[in-house]
Amino acid sequence: MSPVLEANELGRDYEVGGGLFSKPGVVRAVAGTSFTVEAGKTLAVVGESGCGKSTLARMITMIEAPSAGSLRIDGTEVTPERWPELRTDVQIVFQDPYGSLNLRQKVGQILEEPLKINRKELSPADRQAKAREMMRLVGLREEHYDRYPHMFSGGQRQRIAVARALMLEPKLLVLDEPVSALDLSIQSQILNLLNDLQERLNLAYLFISHDLSVVHHVADDILVMYLGRPVEYGSRDAVFNSPRHPYTKALISATPTADPTKRRQRIKLQGELPSPLAVPPGCAFAPRCWKAQDKCRAERPQMTGEAQPAACFFPES
Amino acid sequence: MSLLTIRNLSVSFATSSGQFRAVDGVDVDVNPGEILAIVGESGSGKSVSMLATMGLLPWTATITADQMSFDGRDLRTISAKERRKIVGNELAMIFQEPMSSLNPCFTVGFQIREALRKHTSLSARERHARCVELFEMVGIPDPEKRLKTFPHQMSGGMNQRVMIAMAIACKPRLLIADEPTTALDVTIQAQILDLLTGLQRETGMGLILITHDMGVVAETAERVSVQYAGQKVEDQTVQGLFETPHHPYTSALLSALPERATEKHLPTIPGVVPGQHDRPAGCLFSPRCKFADDTCRQTPPPVQSAALGHARCHYPLTTPEEVSA
Repeated sequence: MSPVLEANELGRDYEVGGGLFSKPGVVRAVAGTSFTVEAGKTLAVVGESGCGKSTLARMITMIEAPSAGSLRIDGTEVTPERWPELRTDVQIVFQDPYGSLNLRQKVGQILEEPLKINRKELSPADRQAKAREMMRLVGLREEHYDRYPHMFSGGQRQRIAVARALMLEPKLLVLDEPVSALDLSIQSQILNLLNDLQERLNLAYLFISHDLSVVHHVADDILVMYLGRPVEYGSRDAVFNSPRHPYTKALISATPTADPTKRRQRIKLQGELPSPLAVPPGCAFAPRCWKAQDKCRAERPQMTGEAQPAACFFPES
Repeated sequence: MSLLTIRNLSVSFATSSGQFRAVDGVDVDVNPGEILAIVGESGSGKSVSMLATMGLLPWTATITADQMSFDGRDLRTISAKERRKIVGNELAMIFQEPMSSLNPCFTVGFQIREALRKHTSLSARERHARCVELFEMVGIPDPEKRLKTFPHQMSGGMNQRVMIAMAIACKPRLLIADEPTTALDVTIQAQILDLLTGLQRETGMGLILITHDMGVVAETAERVSVQYAGQKVEDQTVQGLFETPHHPYTSALLSALPERATEKHLPTIPGVVPGQHDRPAGCLFSPRCKFADDTCRQTPPPVQSAALGHARCHYPLTTPEEVSA
């Protein structure tokens, strides 16, 4: 069986600046990223702001075409000509449930809109039946059908957003920070919902997050990115228990744990993310890395290793 | 003697649909050299109670308190002029969004020097020297050059360091940090938290850390006060709180943490925080509490003893077994 999503050396450049007299610069938002997501599994993409997580989401949801590499959805090569048919297979849930729902539409209209556009053969009654069934599935009540988004709390709105994404029965759901705008008590409700839906519908998830405690809970596989490039890719347990790339290690150690008895020594990283316009020639992480040698500053390491590839010349064994 | 003492603080806002009570009978005590964390979800009134202390709330707010004193001075009756002398000087605050709390029209150096000009009698040369010293303290490389930059020319982490430098410029005795790392990446968050706790140890100031992140609380605070829907529901040492939470809300919140999960299905707290119009008559948490009975629903709960974490509950939890049940 082929994986639901297969990305091969995916890359995306943006041209920025460039006025009348200045040359435009090139920002390499994503480069050389390869991974697969299987049905019923969750791949978590982690990394800090500017690491290319959202650009990746835009390419996978076919909002933007990649400028390098290829993408396969369910075995079909993705090209801009095939976008209209393939788009129904990949849907997205955004971070902010306050900004991603149309305030002038009722919940019913929000859920039926994708059907109106993509399933023209359905009668209005069929559409309504489908929308109501979906509402039950995500834990919204019958009477919510005629309400507007402002009448709901953040958690309920995120349920609406998930319901909308599922209306076209996608195979892959891209979840772009789906719980980071929610309070802790609501976060667990949404994580449970996503888990139930995945089991029931055999969905593949691409879960984008910066919160490692959430990632540890939901992920099967993890892709760690730094400044647009993958630095480590492996199963959840492997990445958390024996991280190979120094950045992964630092990221895990910087995440606070809710246990006051375990005041660990954190790895203290110096400095900050370099500007994506002036990426250092060697390893992008070298300026902050405690293991960096001259080689790291001169040459860019490639992803190496079978089970748990990492882009580092001196990986942890 | 405690540095900041607040008794029975209530804040309500005049809204078009009536009075909204954002803070309801909150007590706060901070000693010099202590790190107090105030945790709660959005709408729990954690920021509003501290803004009331700073005198930064708009005129729509009605603030009442039995006591509200900073270092022996009564903050309720103080004149605006007197308050101006304390705020930014002995009592300083850092906000969540470093980008929007700095003035984009002035260089960061100008903004820090302004604080020093207002509150100290240093000469221009001394002020500049102090700025350089402050930038070194908060770990900003190349201070002379960075003082001349504008906020938009620096990253979020650097701007937050500028905010911290500005807040500690006059050596405050109490620093209130309102979600200081929420807008930042985790590796930067770790740097900023280390910086804050390091400065706190060095200078012996009191530190109030407002946050919603239980991980941050566990790793930095000494004492924790938990707020729910405007009320303080529990106040304990950090070890005590994570081992034996006495209020069912605290207990439920801790078990909802993904990292404490033992199985794929997380324990949840059903329902949502009560709003302006559906405030229960009794305990505010009763509609969501699995231990609630008729007493809880009808009678507002008492505040328990210090041994029970000042839990605002009729039936506080007492043993770890009970908590995990």
